Amino acid sequence: MKAFDAAIIGAGVTGAALARELSRYRVSVLLLEKEAEPAFGVSKSNSGIIHAGTQNPPGSLKARLCVEGNRLIAGPLAAELGLDFIRCGQLIAVFDPADLPRLERIKSEGEAMGVEGLRIVDRAWLEANEPNLGPEVRAALFCPTAGMISPYRFVYALVENAAANGTELRTGSEVAAISRGADGVFALVAGGQEYRARFVVNAAGLYADRIAALAGLPPYPIKPRKGEEYLLDRKREHIANHIIFPLPSGKSKGILIIKTSDGNPMIGPTAHDTGDSGDLSTTDEGLAEVLAGARRMMPSISRSDIIAYFAGLRPAAGDDFVIRHEDALPGFFSAAGIQSPGLTAAPAIALMLARLMEGRGLKLEPKKDFRPLREKPVHLFQVSPERTRELIAEDPGYGDIVCRCEMVSAREIRDAIKRGARTLDGVKFRTRAQAGRCHGGFCTTRIMKIMREELALSPLAVTKRGAGSEIIKDERK
Amino acid sequence: MKKRDLVVVGGGPAGMAAARAARDAGVRDILLIERDSHLGGILNQCIHPGFGLHRFKAELTGPEYADRFVKMTAAAPEIEVSLRSFVVKLTPEKRVSYLRPGALEEVEARAVIMATGCRERTREMIPIPGTRPAGVYPAGLAQKMINMEGWIPGREAVIVGSGDIGLIMARRMALEGVKVKAVIEIQDKTRGLVRNVVQCLEDFGIPLYMRHKVARIYGRDRVEGVDVVRVDDNLAAVPGSEFSLACDTVLVSVGLIPENELLEAAGAAIDPRTNGPVSAELKGTSIPGVFACGNSFKVYDLVDWVSRDSELAGKAAAAYLAGGAR
Ligand SMILES: Cc1cc2nc3c(=O)[nH]c(=O)nc-3n(C[C@H](O)[C@H](O)[C@H](O)COP(=O)(O)OP(=O)(O)OC[C@H]3O[C@@H](n4cnc5c(N)ncnc54)[C@H](O)[C@@H]3O)c2cc1C
Ligand SMILES: Cc1cc2nc3c(=O)[nH]c(=O)nc-3n(C[C@H](O)[C@H](O)[C@H](O)COP(=O)(O)OP(=O)(O)OC[C@H]3O[C@@H](n4cnc5c(N)ncnc54)[C@H](O)[C@@H]3O)c2cc1C
Repeated sequence: MKAFDAAIIGAGVTGAALARELSRYRVSVLLLEKEAEPAFGVSKSNSGIIHAGTQNPPGSLKARLCVEGNRLIAGPLAAELGLDFIRCGQLIAVFDPADLPRLERIKSEGEAMGVEGLRIVDRAWLEANEPNLGPEVRAALFCPTAGMISPYRFVYALVENAAANGTELRTGSEVAAISRGADGVFALVAGGQEYRARFVVNAAGLYADRIAALAGLPPYPIKPRKGEEYLLDRKREHIANHIIFPLPSGKSKGILIIKTSDGNPMIGPTAHDTGDSGDLSTTDEGLAEVLAGARRMMPSISRSDIIAYFAGLRPAAGDDFVIRHEDALPGFFSAAGIQSPGLTAAPAIALMLARLMEGRGLKLEPKKDFRPLREKPVHLFQVSPERTRELIAEDPGYGDIVCRCEMVSAREIRDAIKRGARTLDGVKFRTRAQAGRCHGGFCTTRIMKIMREELALSPLAVTKRGAGSEIIKDERK
Repeated sequence: MKKRDLVVVGGGPAGMAAARAARDAGVRDILLIERDSHLGGILNQCIHPGFGLHRFKAELTGPEYADRFVKMTAAAPEIEVSLRSFVVKLTPEKRVSYLRPGALEEVEARAVIMATGCRERTREMIPIPGTRPAGVYPAGLAQKMINMEGWIPGREAVIVGSGDIGLIMARRMALEGVKVKAVIEIQDKTRGLVRNVVQCLEDFGIPLYMRHKVARIYGRDRVEGVDVVRVDDNLAAVPGSEFSLACDTVLVSVGLIPENELLEAAGAAIDPRTNGPVSAELKGTSIPGVFACGNSFKVYDLVDWVSRDSELAGKAAAAYLAGGAR
């Protein structure tokens, strides 16, 4: 059996970024994912902020990799991969002038880590630039390099480009056994198949502790910390011009007002430890906490603006990322405990891992035919009427609207499926169909019929997010 | 740019009745734009009887009721119908842009009638805490699955809300062999018609829990059950009254909202409470020459009244045009 040079466990943003980085080189890479599609773990439910790099403990991996990740995304990656990265900037708001010295400290710590353009802005600046802020906000730290991204589309872009450059992706492949042979080559059992690889990277997010245990490593206990987030109607798109944080206290960065790259503003997240790595439930208390926090900064936000909500779990393993070679198991690397700001840091984590792997003997010779560019999918909601007209002339399917709330055409849904969508959530994350105010009330059946056509899939086999989440139970005879 | 005297957006019962009434009142150049591949709107999925008792003194199904208006529309050559055509924009100058397979069209209308119907309130709007598995559907989506596609969404269902769609779907599911465990209503009276409570629940032995709410949804991939709790007069949960129901499906029928996003984007005043247009005159909007009718004007119980009132909107548009408006 062929041995891959590297096997990556987990196709979240960490694994995807590493796969894409390694795909520059003449190495064979296997990317194993237990879910039906990439990005169905932590990487799908987060705030989507590309942090500037403030507020991380000086000297930590988080601090260094966050600043570097921000630069990589804003620089080469957004352009090469056609990412919807929007550098809207961030404000850290203070309610009490007595807190200004704390803001000054965040500023000087950020500057020491290389965060550019930080400046403290006063009430007058805020009134001119963020008119919906409530009267309680007195001043803020402006971080112009922060931005936002669609987290799942970021992962899809990385995976698609990695695959175009030779990475082999296997979804529905849960790693269930790991052993290291006498020849130093690892054998992995995933989804009933056996694979061999010379190097293995554990990027399994919330399940990294289980992977470590399978490999016989001492555990690094993952303590999930839950965050509930609430999305507002797209009608409220212009409520904020920046991502707005309150001055943080304690464990989390506080309740934020987040612009998203799709237009719907979002408020959240909460931060509460939970013992259960499958607990993605939202609660009445979470909603109340988020609303109160957001309304303190922007009193005009109301409960009736909320159209959707979700919870995500931060895979915290102590206070910092765990990124290292496991000396007890030569050839095995950990990228665990990738809590916030993991989405931002992922490209820098990938570079760091690649260097660690090279240090252990993985030969990184550049591929001559590496293709860094990925064609950006079309989203009608982002293009001008002139462009829409051209697209429809190219393919009438662009004029066939399936999702009326978010204006998604049949052609976009077919494209998403061609690019790898296999579930209704996969279609939603890629296209936004079903993500609007009616939650698929109008378009779900049509999307299921398109999936039937494109994938020869019986409607009984269409799922929300993989086996067990079938949409319907029977067909009438 | 193409010019039209009257553009009607939405080809459900409201749009058809308005277009036909405007034509009967003398308008000669009407474009009726419908997103779907056929006229009739939501009526196409309402295969149960009970439509037209007032209008036609006959007990029709939804498609039969719609068909009478489809015929009246087809019989009027002054009404041009554009199907599979989705209106994306309305401006205060009454320019209407729409997408259809093969084209992005723009027309300039002298008058516009908006008849875009309504959407269902969702689980997210109440909101019901818990997980977000497959199996939680707006009741109207379940109706469409069963009646239009022959797809049975589940085997054991709990229905949230006692609106007519929820009641009708309780019966529809029961007829398909689905075990309907309960209908849960937070108020102390049903929202739907009494005849529906009798015919859809009592005749099928489906329990109705009034002054109760679904407090939580369980299940990771597919719904596994719900917690139900009694509420007091302030709608607060009564401690100790919780009980659980196992089910694989939750249908949500908690009201309808007029669809007026196009009108709102055009700058028309919208009542934030009802999502209906605010207007000084009957069936009008705050933009002169733009009218609204049917479920996008306000949510109706019976289609008979939709037809009646939409005809008034059609006449009002005709009068506006006759008044020499540009
Ligand atoms: C509420 C919230 C808000 C956040 N906001 C931000 C933010 O604004 N900005 C930011 O930078 N970061 C943010 N984060 C952090 C960020 O989301 C994470 O750091 C990042 O997504 C972690 O990615 P990952 O690839 O390590 O993990 P994951 O995305 O969880 O990927 C791990 C993958 O491994 C798979 N897997 C697990 N076990 C196995 C197995 N046995 N076999 C095969 N595959 C397996 C999983 O299915 C999963 O797909 C936030 C996190 C949360 C929870
Ligand atoms: C799920 C559901 C079930 C119902 N069941 C019953 C029942 O059993 N009995 C009863 O009496 N009443 C029922 N009603 C009430 C029913 O909606 C009304 O009686 C009647 O159908 C409303 O007519 P309408 O034309 O206003 O709206 P609709 O019938 O909804 O028609 C609106 C039309 O506008 C089109 N449209 C919307 N936006 C656009 C756009 N941007 N561009 C182009 N076209 C657009 C839609 O495709 C649709 O065809 C039900 C309503 C719903 C939502």
